[in-house]
Amino acid sequence: MSPTPQMNERSVEPAFASQAAFRALMECLSRPGERRTLDGIGAPAPMQAATAALVRSLADYESPIWLDPVFAAAPAITDWIRFHTGAPIVAAPSKAAFALVADASALPDFMQFAQGSEEYPDRSTTVIVQVERFTGTKLTLQGPGIETTRDFAAEPLPADFAQRLRDNREMYPRGIDLVFVAGHEIAALPRSVRVVEN
Amino acid sequence: MTAPVYNFAYLDEQTKRMIRRAILKAIAIPGYQVPFASREMPMPYGWGTGGVQVTAAILGPRDVLKVIDQGSDDTTNAVSIRKFFTRTAGVRTTTATGEATVIQTRHRVPEAALNENQVLVYQVPIPEPLRFLEPRETETRRMHALSEYGLMHVKLYEDIARHGHIATAYAYPVQVDGRYVMDPSPIPKFDNPKLSDCAALQLFGAGREKRIYAIPPYTRVTSRDFDDHPFEPYRHDASCELCAATESYLDEVITDDAGNRMFVCSDTDYCEHRRALGHGPVAASPPAEAVHD
Repeated sequence: MSPTPQMNERSVEPAFASQAAFRALMECLSRPGERRTLDGIGAPAPMQAATAALVRSLADYESPIWLDPVFAAAPAITDWIRFHTGAPIVAAPSKAAFALVADASALPDFMQFAQGSEEYPDRSTTVIVQVERFTGTKLTLQGPGIETTRDFAAEPLPADFAQRLRDNREMYPRGIDLVFVAGHEIAALPRSVRVVEN
Repeated sequence: MTAPVYNFAYLDEQTKRMIRRAILKAIAIPGYQVPFASREMPMPYGWGTGGVQVTAAILGPRDVLKVIDQGSDDTTNAVSIRKFFTRTAGVRTTTATGEATVIQTRHRVPEAALNENQVLVYQVPIPEPLRFLEPRETETRRMHALSEYGLMHVKLYEDIARHGHIATAYAYPVQVDGRYVMDPSPIPKFDNPKLSDCAALQLFGAGREKRIYAIPPYTRVTSRDFDDHPFEPYRHDASCELCAATESYLDEVITDDAGNRMFVCSDTDYCEHRRALGHGPVAASPPAEAVHD
């Protein structure tokens, strides 16, 4: 059976763009450390195109967003988020469903974000971090989604990043989930990853 | 008459975002049931409204969809859901397991090994494995929070005390990555081993109960058991009468009023594929106990 003509006309771009962004992130989260490319959409600096695609795909009035000082200092970012998603911008990272971090080297302490509760660990922040590139000090990861081990690297990141990931895992099932964006590439480290060496 | 016009894959974009956020958290916390604001779908509860919503949220225009109901591509539930997505998303559908990128299933895992580019979406009636042991949601939440799963072992033990073996044959409880105990949906326990270290992402949607949960690829999934009563998958001691398969899960089909029966593969695609390769029926030798009177 072929789709009705109306359906073809309704095949508008936004639905497909957000599906593509979500699907890329879904694959990244189910395969921690693996990278996917994303076309991205235009957004004011310093927001990268892939970050913008993820935010538009996932955020709305139900998902408060926290901005790091670099993003918060750019009024165009706040306007863009409000206009395109309707998501409330919150000052407290512990209230945020999503946190956007432009300055990865100043990644805030993970404990500042919502960790979820023991009964509802899903009520936790997903932190989207913009990095420059996926190179640098290698972390070797294990856990769900990783057949044997997988290497992950991104820079710039805080020097104690590996320890922070371990501490995040200690909290399991509470904890935060991390998404990294570098240009058109994204990768994710859900709370379930275990750092085996660094 | 004007035909109704829907968004791609039926659900509106805000609903999809809500479901997508739930799916992402479900993947990050394997086996944990994420609550979501399940919508009313144009089909009754029990027909896969949870699976349909998950499929609608992940589906893209380039996906190839396969839908099975108890392993079969051509039963009412499977045909209806396939038709639903053909009409609302215009996606290509298939019955071949290997060709599909998204497989929605009711109560079976395909026989053919899944690959990394596939997503398996389960329709789940009752997501809470502890529900029949403890009716209060507040309590089962607490039990999951504390990994307090002793009651599940009591249930399995009572099986042994009463029947001499673990008599649970379907919806056999599993533990995901050593943490959450999870209901694998009413798949036969024959399928339980396929959940572990599967190359494909597995998503579970319960529409009436408003829960989504997940098993990421390559995740260790163990069936709960005892050292002296280890988990054992069950399969009829017979071969498929159409393709002679001895490894597949079999359906028992009653063929007349005299109690005669035959065994055939539950996975219709697997069976057809084998027959296409020349595997034929073995010389008719009905199972010894086939005739009852």
